[in-house]
Amino acid sequence: MRMAPADAATAAARPMPEPRQETAPAARTPDLMAPRPFTVERVTRDVSDTFTLELRPLEGPPLAFQPGQFTMLYLFGVGEVAISVSGDPDRPERLVQTIRAVGPVTRAMTALKPGAVVGVRGPFGRPWPCAEIEGRDVVVVAGGVGLAPLRPAILHVLARRGQYGKVALLCGARTPKDILFRRDLRRWGGRLDTSVAVTVDRASAGWHGQVGVVTKLIGHAPFDPEEAAALVCGPEIMIRYTVQALNDRGVSLDRIYVSMERNMKCAVGFCGHCQFGGSFVCRDGPVFRFDRIADRFAVREL
Amino acid sequence: MRTHTSQAADRPAAAVIGDDGLDALIRALTEAGRRVLAPTEHAGAITIGDINGLADLPRGRGDVQAPGRYRLTETEDAGWFAHGPTAEGWKRFLYPPEECVWRAEAKGASWREEPTTTDDADSADTLALLGVRACDLAAVAVLDRVLGPEGAADPRYRARRERAVIVAVDCARPGGTCFCASMGTGPGAGDRYDLRLTPLADDPGSRFLVRAGSAAGADLLARLPARPADDAALAAAEATLNAAGQAMGRAMPADAEARLKRNLEHPRWNETAERCLTCGNCTSVCPTCFCSEVEDRSSLDGRRAERWRLWDSCFSVRFSYLHGGSVRESGAARYRQWITHKLAWWHDQFGTSGCVGCGRCITWCPVGIDITEEVAALPATAAAVPA
Repeated sequence: MRMAPADAATAAARPMPEPRQETAPAARTPDLMAPRPFTVERVTRDVSDTFTLELRPLEGPPLAFQPGQFTMLYLFGVGEVAISVSGDPDRPERLVQTIRAVGPVTRAMTALKPGAVVGVRGPFGRPWPCAEIEGRDVVVVAGGVGLAPLRPAILHVLARRGQYGKVALLCGARTPKDILFRRDLRRWGGRLDTSVAVTVDRASAGWHGQVGVVTKLIGHAPFDPEEAAALVCGPEIMIRYTVQALNDRGVSLDRIYVSMERNMKCAVGFCGHCQFGGSFVCRDGPVFRFDRIADRFAVREL
Repeated sequence: MRTHTSQAADRPAAAVIGDDGLDALIRALTEAGRRVLAPTEHAGAITIGDINGLADLPRGRGDVQAPGRYRLTETEDAGWFAHGPTAEGWKRFLYPPEECVWRAEAKGASWREEPTTTDDADSADTLALLGVRACDLAAVAVLDRVLGPEGAADPRYRARRERAVIVAVDCARPGGTCFCASMGTGPGAGDRYDLRLTPLADDPGSRFLVRAGSAAGADLLARLPARPADDAALAAAEATLNAAGQAMGRAMPADAEARLKRNLEHPRWNETAERCLTCGNCTSVCPTCFCSEVEDRSSLDGRRAERWRLWDSCFSVRFSYLHGGSVRESGAARYRQWITHKLAWWHDQFGTSGCVGCGRCITWCPVGIDITEEVAALPATAAAVPA
């Protein structure tokens, strides 16, 4: 894989920033393991197994967050799961979280109705480097529900559209029914300053869009590979091939940021479950600059 | 943590104590209302337990430790602290295997928090840890980095740790699986003790050089029947440590971190996995393994909920579970995770090795896998990865 040329006197040669440390390494108080109650204000069914909760704290200030951060969502007496914040970082009054029902806790959460109360800890983790990549082209590549943690970054960029170069969103879904945030994609695709492409693994009747894996969209997407920064989230296999395709087109590894998923339990870097080599994904990630983890990423079952 | 003074002027000079001094020390700790924990003989092993007096300490009991093997022995010179590393370390008393970290009762659609039994620092046991070996003291220093104010700062760990008095006892007889000398953690205790006892080489079982490492330790020392240490006593203590340093059963290669990081895909992992039962004994007896599960529980009627922190082990398949499967399915990957975390990634995370050389993981491994042998089996340079 190609790295950025160290001596090129272009914008692309600026040292790429690491994701910022957002969680203070300072003392953990008992509060960090204690969930804070939030009321469910709205439930939206997104696609078959995925839904979005809009939450408001019962008391106290809203939960400010950076794009790419996650929270630990708690269902009283049932359990807790790590969920990406999918809302608008400029509007933190409502905490928006998009959940795919894949386990006992997330499935139980499908029964939540407005008025119910859930617990929230967080936000945790290092965010997408939205401010740091100003001035660059931005290519966002999402696989499935991986679009959820990218949505705040997209909203941040589009709200400051003039600060960025070309913006391309490339989304993959299993089937047309599984395309997340359709309304957003239509709205973003309707902008003349933003390119949106969607592909599905398996087409169904009535689908006239692209068919195939999301990496196939990378070759023709409008961005300058010498200039662009890429934000990637999806299944690990998708990340692997996406990074390869971006790198093949000329995006150096230090301009590719990926969001990793691991088992999260404490979210504050001491339970050990989310370890990925020397990193605690909850604290040192979930967003990593890819060149920093490229060696480890290649090792199976690490 | 309590301030540990390093100024010699603040404390009495080193002293020498015998049986009566040891007895007075235990009484002083007990009378101060402390729960005194020390090596005790239990179920055919020396392990940490409560003591009420000198009579509860094992006397003249040694042990033979080898990979997958532990046997108690009678020792000829019939002294105190004649044993190697205890079957379990002190971890369970500072960082209990199960602990409630949050509790609440349903109230309307929400809940009302209730105190957990350990929220109130005053209700935590005030511990005296008596007979902490250098390796185990180094392990406490490692846990301080992970869970103490230097790390994620578990308030419950911190409360116990801040209130504990630590009496270190240097090793005169390392066990057959010991390798603290090669880890730089022993046989003499480093810092973080209140009192440090070093067996005197001419009478290692009953005469000890005592040094204070804190104001609390100095106060204790001043209350013990002791005579001032002369040059002969200092030399006898030094002789004990020199001899112990030469008597290590094993040694860890100095480049363990680099060997592991360079050989993440070495065929040795699969070979070791054929022996490894992934039982997690090594993580249980390791004095620094800190990984924990967060478990949410509820009462049958769903009105009450609790959150518990439980010791966990990277050897379970469930440990790395994500929807759809676990990251580390194979035993090889799980063994690799444990040893690379302990000896390599730990440096990245906490600026120190996670291994203190106590050798417990070797002794208590049911199939006798030897952490030093596993590192030595990896080439010092990168292995050619088979296609």
